[in-house]
Amino acid sequence: MAEPFLSIQHVRKSFGATTVVEDFNLDVEPGEFVSFLGPSGCGKTTVLRMVAGFEEPSAGKIVVAGKDITRLKPNQRNVGMVFQAYALFPNLTVAQNIGFGLRVAGMPRADIDARVAEMLDMIKLPQMADHYPYQLSGGQQQRIALARAIAPKPKLLLLDEPLSALDAKVRVSLREEIRSIQKKLGITTIFVTHDQEEALSISDRIAVMYGGKAEQVGTPFEIYNRPATKFVANFVGTLNVLEGKVTDAASGTVQVNTQEVSLKGKLNGSKSGDMLSLALRPEAISLGRQPGRDSSLSGEISEVHFLGSVIRVRVGIGGNTVSLDTFNSPATPPPAVGEKAEISFSSSDMLVLH
Amino acid sequence: MAARSFLEDGSRRMTDLTLSSQAIAGKTAPPGEARALRFPTQWLGVTPFFIFAIMFLILPTLYLMLGAFQNDAGEFTLDNIFALSQAHIVAAYWISIKVSLASSLIGAFAGLAIAIAIVRGGLPNWIRSATLTFSGVASNFAGVPLAFAFIATLGRLGLVTVLLNTLVGLNLYAHGFNLLSFWGLTLTYVYFQIPLMVVIIVPAIDGLKKEWGEAAATLGATQSQYWRMVVIPVLWPSFLGTVILLFANAFGAIATAYALTGSSLNIVPILLYAQIRGDVLHNAHLGYAIAFGMIFITGLANIFYIWFRTRSERWLK
Amino acid sequence: MKAGKFWAWIVFILGAAYFFIPLIATIEFSLRMRRGVYSFDAYKVVLGDSQFQTTFMYSVIVAVFTILLGVLIVVPTAYWIRLRLPQLRPVVEFITLLPLVIPAIVIVFGYIRMYGSNSPLPFLSNNTATNALLVIGYAALALPYMYRAVDTGLRTIDVRTLTEAAQILGAGWGTIVTRVILPNVLIAVLSGAFLTFAIVIGEFTMASLLNRPAFGPYLQNLVANRAYEPAALSIIAFVITWGCMSLIQVLSRFAPKSANRPN
Repeated sequence: MAEPFLSIQHVRKSFGATTVVEDFNLDVEPGEFVSFLGPSGCGKTTVLRMVAGFEEPSAGKIVVAGKDITRLKPNQRNVGMVFQAYALFPNLTVAQNIGFGLRVAGMPRADIDARVAEMLDMIKLPQMADHYPYQLSGGQQQRIALARAIAPKPKLLLLDEPLSALDAKVRVSLREEIRSIQKKLGITTIFVTHDQEEALSISDRIAVMYGGKAEQVGTPFEIYNRPATKFVANFVGTLNVLEGKVTDAASGTVQVNTQEVSLKGKLNGSKSGDMLSLALRPEAISLGRQPGRDSSLSGEISEVHFLGSVIRVRVGIGGNTVSLDTFNSPATPPPAVGEKAEISFSSSDMLVLH
Repeated sequence: MAARSFLEDGSRRMTDLTLSSQAIAGKTAPPGEARALRFPTQWLGVTPFFIFAIMFLILPTLYLMLGAFQNDAGEFTLDNIFALSQAHIVAAYWISIKVSLASSLIGAFAGLAIAIAIVRGGLPNWIRSATLTFSGVASNFAGVPLAFAFIATLGRLGLVTVLLNTLVGLNLYAHGFNLLSFWGLTLTYVYFQIPLMVVIIVPAIDGLKKEWGEAAATLGATQSQYWRMVVIPVLWPSFLGTVILLFANAFGAIATAYALTGSSLNIVPILLYAQIRGDVLHNAHLGYAIAFGMIFITGLANIFYIWFRTRSERWLK
Repeated sequence: MKAGKFWAWIVFILGAAYFFIPLIATIEFSLRMRRGVYSFDAYKVVLGDSQFQTTFMYSVIVAVFTILLGVLIVVPTAYWIRLRLPQLRPVVEFITLLPLVIPAIVIVFGYIRMYGSNSPLPFLSNNTATNALLVIGYAALALPYMYRAVDTGLRTIDVRTLTEAAQILGAGWGTIVTRVILPNVLIAVLSGAFLTFAIVIGEFTMASLLNRPAFGPYLQNLVANRAYEPAALSIIAFVITWGCMSLIQVLSRFAPKSANRPN
């Protein structure tokens, strides 16, 4: 394994009596794109601000490229940062904004101009050089902010919810643009967001945070398919949770409502009589018996929502409701509310949440 | 007290002006309404306002301005304007300009320092709100009461004068200080100039976003580079605009000076006051010319004010 | 950061000293009327002075009429401009700013010349008409403040939407103005009113040049002739100004917050 480029070690942050970040650890590879994902107040922004140098950790250290930067001032760290509210300097033109970091570093005029032109090409806004921020749309401003952060060739790029202030369409196109620029430049990046879809689509790895701690760190695939904790399972993606009771721990039989499913080898340590939460992603469930699915439950259809290409169906099973998606097919009419239905799934897709 | 407390709301004013240019371009008015405007009934709603403005603001002013360019027979002449070059009239304009300029500059810098201290200085929160409330009061506290407060403080028998003399043995008046002088008047005017500056500039300082400083820091800028390249350029137009406003504010003020110095300090408004009361210049048209000169100077100042304000608003949108 | 805080305190303390010492000196002076001891004699003399009472009452009445005139002129105009004639806005705003450009003394000079006894509109020919002219002049002086206050109030409530909503619900113009618009801008109108009051109550220039028996000229006269009473009056004037400003602050807490427009 390569030497981590950024290493956050046992970092803790408290404001007075409240601890916002507890024992946070993370190693980031060179060129890696890592997202901090979590609800507001989970400490993700605080960790980012400690990396940037705006907050000083109460304990622990932050190492970049083998150098301890924990006590360095923000302006000595050579990190680029993009803010939620763009934070472009209103008195400077687009070109002057992008060249700001180069100018304060004392770079010669001609070199600044060349680098600024290069940056403007990169974000595909070369015609905007002499505009002022107030003349630009939100999406344009955020691209300028990105160019400004990247222009001085920072060691690290920090993105603090950069897409939250934008409308849905721009958000998707800009996140793809950020990712492709990041890949092209190979710049190590930390991206803070509360939007799980954003984090899943853009990251090499995700740190899901809750209550000041990293609940799970892993690739989007791991986070989504093998959530380590109940919080991660709930926060990332839609999840159906069924309450079940272990009837036979040895054979792995669990009773849901009055029906039984077999969860061989997944009950690690549960005893007969224990209550369990079982989780299933909607896309792991099919309506009706399907080949290759070893388990099934029957219930009654309680809601049908036509969403275009997919139809979301809710099925009541005793006290539990399960959501599942079926593809729209013009030849078959959608299921009707009140119909009896059977759902099937692979027991291997079922997550047991303790 | 024409420009006394220019509104707390100064910053919003220009936003409205920007909005209005859009309105002219027809962006906000649906086409249906534009058609409806042909009916004169639409204009009835604003008629009282325009009658009032024309009769009691515009015509009286125009009357004086035209009168400044006429002789007694009603013929056009520049004599009245040339007559302003008499030594004591020039001296009056000069001292007025000096007092206004000095009090606006001192008031502006002191007000800026206080505003920065209460907004960015890390002082307790109650100090900020208390200062803002007090500024609202003090910027409206002028005229006779203010003049008397300074007489009671720095007059010959004022508290500070007496205390300095008995406690430290410093006799202000023996050292050439006189409240009824240029500096005395300036010091008194500063009492309403500083709070006016505070009231207008605090919103501008609030408008400086914390993220700008953080962005500058991550880009490697030192605190002083950030101030030089961002903070000062951003604040500059509203600062300069406010200085001009304070200037006009002091230039038209009369009651404070009159109560403080009687007619011993010959500033323009007092000269004009004496002229209106007793026709001391024995030439009504010269009075018009003096009034014209005042409007000319404050008008010029306000044109600059609007220009600067529009610039700063444009950035801070 | 520490040094910054130190300097902030220094600046604040120096400022506070500059602003409080004259007030303290005035209070101290106002209490010295009786030889050797502090007393409220000056206040008793001032408040008991019949001239004080008549001039003060005169100015209060003038202020009330000024506020009424100001409201009558400003509220319909500001409303109509927002609703129907947005293209006139720059013109109206320019006019409302004129009193900041034209000094009060110039305005009143113009009145004296234009509306003298021999003119077609002889405002100066009798007392009642001159009183009316003073009210008009004050309304002109207060125009920038009143207009700004009302216009800000109207903007927060988004009059156009409110008016259209009321029309859809079947309201007539009378109902719209009295039941929908006025209650919503009442706070703004009151703020403008108190500011107007603070400006008008001690105004000197116009009252003096129109020879009105108002509070401002009375104060001026007193400064020239008495020692302790003006100090007491200065404190009273300060308290009145303070009262007006505090009322505006209190009122602003009750102002409707914009619910339908995020910016």
